[in-house]
Amino acid sequence: MNRYPLWKNGIIALMLIVGFLYALPNFFGEAPAVQISSSSAKIDTALMSRVEDGLKSANLAQSGMFLDPASLKVRFNDTDTQLKAKDVLQTQLGQDYVVALNLLSRSPAWLRSLGALPMYLGLDLRGGVHFLMQVDMNAAITMAMDRNLGEIRAELRDADVHYSGISRQGEALEIRFGDKESSDKAVSEISKKFPDLALTQSGTEYRISAQLKPQARSKIQEFAIQQNITTLRNRVNELGVAEPIIQQQGSDRVVVELPGVQDTAKAKDILGRTATLEIRMVDDEHDLAQAIAGPIPFGDELLKERGGLPILVKKSVVLTGEHINDAQPGFDNRTSEAAVHIDLDSTGSRMFKQITADNVGKRMAILLIEKNHAEVVTAPVIREEIGGGHVQISGHMTTGEAHDVALLLRAGALAAPMEIIEERTVGPSLGADNIAKGFDSTLFGFIAISIFMVIYYLVFGFVSVVALGANLFLLVAVLSMLQATLTLPGMAGIALTLGMAIDANVLINERIRDELRNGNTPQAAINAGYERAFGTIIDSNITTLIAGIALFIFGSGPVKGFAVVLCLGILTSMFSAVLVSRAIVNFAYGRRRVGKLLIG
Amino acid sequence: MEFFRIKKDIPFMSYGRYTTAISLLTFVVAVFLLATRGLHFGIDFTGGTVMEVHYAHPADTQKIRASLASRPDVSVQNFGTSMDVLIRLPLKADVSGAKESEAVLAGLRNDDPSVQMRRVEFVGPQVGKELVSNGSLALLLVSLGIMGYLAIRFEWRFALAAIVANLHDVVIILGFFSFFQWEFSLPVLAAVLAVLGYSVNESVVVFDRIRENFRIMRKSDVPEIINNAITRTMSRTVITHGCTQLMVTSMLFFGGEALHYFALALTIGILFGIYSSVLVASPIVMWLGVSRVDFLKAEKKTGAEAS
Repeated sequence: MNRYPLWKNGIIALMLIVGFLYALPNFFGEAPAVQISSSSAKIDTALMSRVEDGLKSANLAQSGMFLDPASLKVRFNDTDTQLKAKDVLQTQLGQDYVVALNLLSRSPAWLRSLGALPMYLGLDLRGGVHFLMQVDMNAAITMAMDRNLGEIRAELRDADVHYSGISRQGEALEIRFGDKESSDKAVSEISKKFPDLALTQSGTEYRISAQLKPQARSKIQEFAIQQNITTLRNRVNELGVAEPIIQQQGSDRVVVELPGVQDTAKAKDILGRTATLEIRMVDDEHDLAQAIAGPIPFGDELLKERGGLPILVKKSVVLTGEHINDAQPGFDNRTSEAAVHIDLDSTGSRMFKQITADNVGKRMAILLIEKNHAEVVTAPVIREEIGGGHVQISGHMTTGEAHDVALLLRAGALAAPMEIIEERTVGPSLGADNIAKGFDSTLFGFIAISIFMVIYYLVFGFVSVVALGANLFLLVAVLSMLQATLTLPGMAGIALTLGMAIDANVLINERIRDELRNGNTPQAAINAGYERAFGTIIDSNITTLIAGIALFIFGSGPVKGFAVVLCLGILTSMFSAVLVSRAIVNFAYGRRRVGKLLIG
Repeated sequence: MEFFRIKKDIPFMSYGRYTTAISLLTFVVAVFLLATRGLHFGIDFTGGTVMEVHYAHPADTQKIRASLASRPDVSVQNFGTSMDVLIRLPLKADVSGAKESEAVLAGLRNDDPSVQMRRVEFVGPQVGKELVSNGSLALLLVSLGIMGYLAIRFEWRFALAAIVANLHDVVIILGFFSFFQWEFSLPVLAAVLAVLGYSVNESVVVFDRIRENFRIMRKSDVPEIINNAITRTMSRTVITHGCTQLMVTSMLFFGGEALHYFALALTIGILFGIYSSVLVASPIVMWLGVSRVDFLKAEKKTGAEAS
């Protein structure tokens, strides 16, 4: 009795070996690295030698380069060199490449070839920024309606339907007509061209009210959040962050996590910008001075140009930033002022050509709108029809500003404004501190429990401690295999599950003592102790598991990490406390006659 | 070594009246505190901004306060060491918290360039409200889940007794946080829920023995059966909780400020968990009128898997 069959011992040994191997990378730690990636240029061995030469000429020592299809990673010995190397490489490689700070595992190559990776460290352990952003869905709707308004106006003009007024009232458009005939004609035109709009006609005043249909509404909202996520991703790429996380959360929220970002002000500035580009016509027919003093002419808006001069601009939008393909900073080739060169997509090009052809000699205003604050970047006179979709914006810009504007435009416009509703920033030094504290807590707690268990239960205490150690390795291994994110509450969870896991062994040991007291032989006591304690262990673990699952479902961020560790820890502890400890006990006592058990 | 060599069963059930009275008293005090003083919620729940900054030398909190004087209701205090400072800013309707922390940091940097940002947390009002409702939902779900499990595994009386005993622990933990006005943050909530799951273990172990005793001790009456179950599991109770507490104490000392209240909530939960699951849950089971007959019926239903 008290002998496990070979296959059972084999499986236990195999699990322990696998657990040990996969837990191992976590103990090698991580080295500072620089990650080079690109969306346009090639990542290949040629780049590798370029980087190598660049670093050599700057006298920066690297400790390894790793090439994969998506990126080139260069490892350094310390963060100082890493920071210097980032600057050197960014200037050397230019705008085509994104150079970002990263961490690389120090584990040896044979471990990496097994696919054994260390746990992914959360932001509270490695430092970085976490943002939760809320998309303003109402604004997405009103922006869509504003676009519809402009298009309906053009459509009615083309169809030669006369209307006496058109405006947006909240989320609805209101179009007024002089007679029933035009109103009827407009209804048929609009419903043909704008299937997303539901029209209601009020007979007495010849008025049409247009509203978005519910499906169209949800489609716009869905599109808005997708568009915003894409935009954020582009902006983050421009920032140069390795392994950023940008995810939708719920129906109207986006989570952005930027590990290792040091300059949080810059990150917030770029991400928080809700700039959209609009092209509208300047109203030169009305007198500017009069508009400043008196009522602003209907359909116009009084804005400020960059540089502070007021300017009268029409409210109707002729082109939005959606149609921008690319934007690059550069210089005006006539005045050599800083400028932004914009490439429009085909629809945009067509529209732009039309507008410029219709308005030669007039001025057009290019607006950047940030958080309901519109600013006219420039208002050039249209000298000729502009085809081909190449547009240049210049005027009152420094090269730095041109660079920023280009970045914003290239990164695309946001479909709806966003607001940061939660922010958690952790500096890198605090992250390192947190790791040390979490590690120390676990270590000292483990040592204290070990000393107590060995004194109190002697051999069986020692077996329990070995099982507890196996539990730690298995838990870390499972977390590493799942590439779970380790946070400080997660580390607390590891410590806590270890403290709780010893319960199973205490239960078993107490039962064995009980059985011995009742006069059973040592072998029978071991067997009965394990068998009887098992039901209790299951029961007591399941209640904790229920708590863990609830925490996982309802917890957010760091609490979720705690819950994951808690649940996995319960599972690994059942394995190690029952099977591993039993296997050891079997090895120690199983094959012979035992006079007395050393269980204190 | 053995701490508990108890020959005779301790008549816990005859103390039931007193222990329940003590529980009731602490419970009422805790509820009273929660009703009058309330909890000192962290920004996770209230919304607002917390900044932790580090100086190269002991920080001059007076000067920091002066620099922030234009902002109402700002609290500035040392945090851990004299070089670390914690600044709390309340929510403002018109200014985004994300922008505000930048402005504050810029101001501090102006006064003293050695200041270093360690941590910024900003939580908007809508997030805080959601966390409160999610937290309550989690508490409800955990309670129902545990009750459901115990009702299936044992009997409804056990389920009810266990959950009453353990919710009583939760209220007492909250009572402590209310009395000392310790900050109630998200990790503390996690600790409270973990304690709920953990200390139910204790009741489960005792209940297991009670069930077993119903089978073995045919001639004894219910209080004797419960007394015997508690006495025989006492050693395990104290040792298990002692071990868990060793770990938690280690977190309390070495875990730093971030884990302080988390570990504190666990400590209170573990200590009261021992007491309540032994001396509160069991008397309730007895008073709810558990008897061998009910139990044998339940036993038949689950007999196959239980044995």
